[in-house]
Amino acid sequence: MRLPVNAEIAFTHLITRKKQTLVAAMGVMIGITVFIFLNSLMRGFDRSANDSIFRTMPHIRIYKEDEISKPLQEKNEKQEYVIVNPKIANTTKNLINPEQLIRILKKQPDVVAVAPDVAVSVFYNNGESQVNGIASGVNIMEQNKMFNIESFLLDGSLRELEATQNGIILGVGIAEKLNVRLNDNITITSSKGKRKVMKIVGLFKSNNAAIDKSKSYINVAMAQQLMNERPTYVTDIFVNVKDPEKAAEYIASFQQMTGYSAEDWKKANEQILASYKIRAIMSFAISVSILLVAGFGIYNILNMIIMEKLNDIAILKAMGFPGVDVVRIFVMQAVIIGVMGVTLGLVLSTTVITLMQKVYVGGDIGYFPVQYESRYYISGIVFGLAISFAAGYIPARKAADVDPVSIFRK
Amino acid sequence: MNEKKAILQARQIGKYFHDPVTFKVLDNISFEAYQGEFLTIVGKSGCGKSTLLYVLSTMDTDFEGELWIDGQNISRWSQDKLALIRNEKIGFVFQFHYLLQEFSCLKNVMLPAMKLGKYSLEEIEHKAYEKLDLLGLKDQALKPASKLSGGQQQRVAIARALINDPLIIMGDEPTGNLDSRNSKLVFDILRDLTRTYHQTIIAVTHDNDFAKNSDRTIEMEDGKIIHDGFVRNGNIIV
Repeated sequence: MRLPVNAEIAFTHLITRKKQTLVAAMGVMIGITVFIFLNSLMRGFDRSANDSIFRTMPHIRIYKEDEISKPLQEKNEKQEYVIVNPKIANTTKNLINPEQLIRILKKQPDVVAVAPDVAVSVFYNNGESQVNGIASGVNIMEQNKMFNIESFLLDGSLRELEATQNGIILGVGIAEKLNVRLNDNITITSSKGKRKVMKIVGLFKSNNAAIDKSKSYINVAMAQQLMNERPTYVTDIFVNVKDPEKAAEYIASFQQMTGYSAEDWKKANEQILASYKIRAIMSFAISVSILLVAGFGIYNILNMIIMEKLNDIAILKAMGFPGVDVVRIFVMQAVIIGVMGVTLGLVLSTTVITLMQKVYVGGDIGYFPVQYESRYYISGIVFGLAISFAAGYIPARKAADVDPVSIFRK
Repeated sequence: MNEKKAILQARQIGKYFHDPVTFKVLDNISFEAYQGEFLTIVGKSGCGKSTLLYVLSTMDTDFEGELWIDGQNISRWSQDKLALIRNEKIGFVFQFHYLLQEFSCLKNVMLPAMKLGKYSLEEIEHKAYEKLDLLGLKDQALKPASKLSGGQQQRVAIARALINDPLIIMGDEPTGNLDSRNSKLVFDILRDLTRTYHQTIIAVTHDNDFAKNSDRTIEMEDGKIIHDGFVRNGNIIV
């Protein structure tokens, strides 16, 4: 029969030192809270930043890459050299047979939405004032499925664009610069020199200032007219997949399938993602070091208990407690402190997250973008307990090595 | 007395101290302790009697020769195995009582039995009360050990040594810290144990009266046994 004698000794040691136990547990509590809160917050920031990226950018974009001209004649057998001047070939950005490509892409597993896009470089004019930017020729309802444009539409409606052949939905940045409002008319000029008078049927604000200052949505047919092209002219096909994190995995197969270049959003936003990564590493390092400091707290109190209890350890060993039991007694104390601290930490971090969610930050972000992230709760619990265990095990090993004879002889 | 059964045998035990210089503390110690015997070890300070006791107690494993307890040669056993032997077969009473101060007297007595795990908690508690009663401390059972007088603590320590009904009870100056009244009390209790329960007692002492009243006294000098004799009427006979 195994009686819980080790546990009883461990509890007694802690109960007779309530204050120190509580202080050590509070160290763990703060460590856990910072760990969970900081990491959840970073993840929340990443999410809100991703959301704003995905308002205007698909997971994967399929387009025709510029080609560099090749010499018409390779080096011939007479070893005559032909002087060439390679430059971008004067081909159109047209994707051939876009309807079929779209049909094929829609059939792929994990693809959730596909939409064509005709990008046109344009100048927006209102009287003397001129702003340059990109007009996207789209089927607005299809793109809405992909980007949920309706959610960041400030004024006007998407239906109106569908119904008005020369309608345009402008970014608020452009509207501000041109000093125009809903239902005003503006002129746009394409890079091919075509001019059209457009009616503003909507305004959007994507929270990305650069986009808001340059982008507009127009109908596909209008974009094709601006480019002097046929109704099959499409420059990009946008694809959304189930898990944006895995977008890069589809690149190779899409390229092979369509014969055109494909680019995932991560590649297109490399520098932003690099800064996310640095931020994540920093917050992880900070929160882990705080947990480690909490671990030192446990280590300290246990070292103190053990130094005070050398006599007791000797007597326990004399009574027939082997070294393992001594280790168990002290590790158990550390783990009890750890469990207390982790539990308090879970409560406190949940409270902090709940409160912070109600704080309005403003700007692009709105409310504090922090959520209850189960993965950080779990890793917080695991880290907290592992550090408590280690902080207990090291001094406990030392306690187990106490030689009772040398204590009794003093 | 019937055929005497040897509970503990020391065979040519030798031990060295290495600090500051190598020095032989125990030199060729051989003797046997029998069941129900009250054995005392005496000698001047530094003669090695405490060292011998710690070797016999199995806590000190750094020695030469052989040590047999209850028919087993335990000389080369691991610390963990020895701990189990101590738990089951040996009880200790020390000079400075050495109770766990944060626990009640009752818990102090119960701990070795809880470690042994042979009986249920209720049975152990019952037994612990019995042992405390035997030593006249039943009414102090639930007090914390730190609240008791020295003599009372020493008796609690004896109760603790008895809880697992060990074959051998070892004492290092078990009365060294007590006044004469309490010394007498402790001595009588120990003597009773050898008579009633046939437990063996091995005690190191400075106290001549204590040694004279025991069954047998081993006298040591410079790490050797110089005298080993039975006591009759207060005189040691060879």
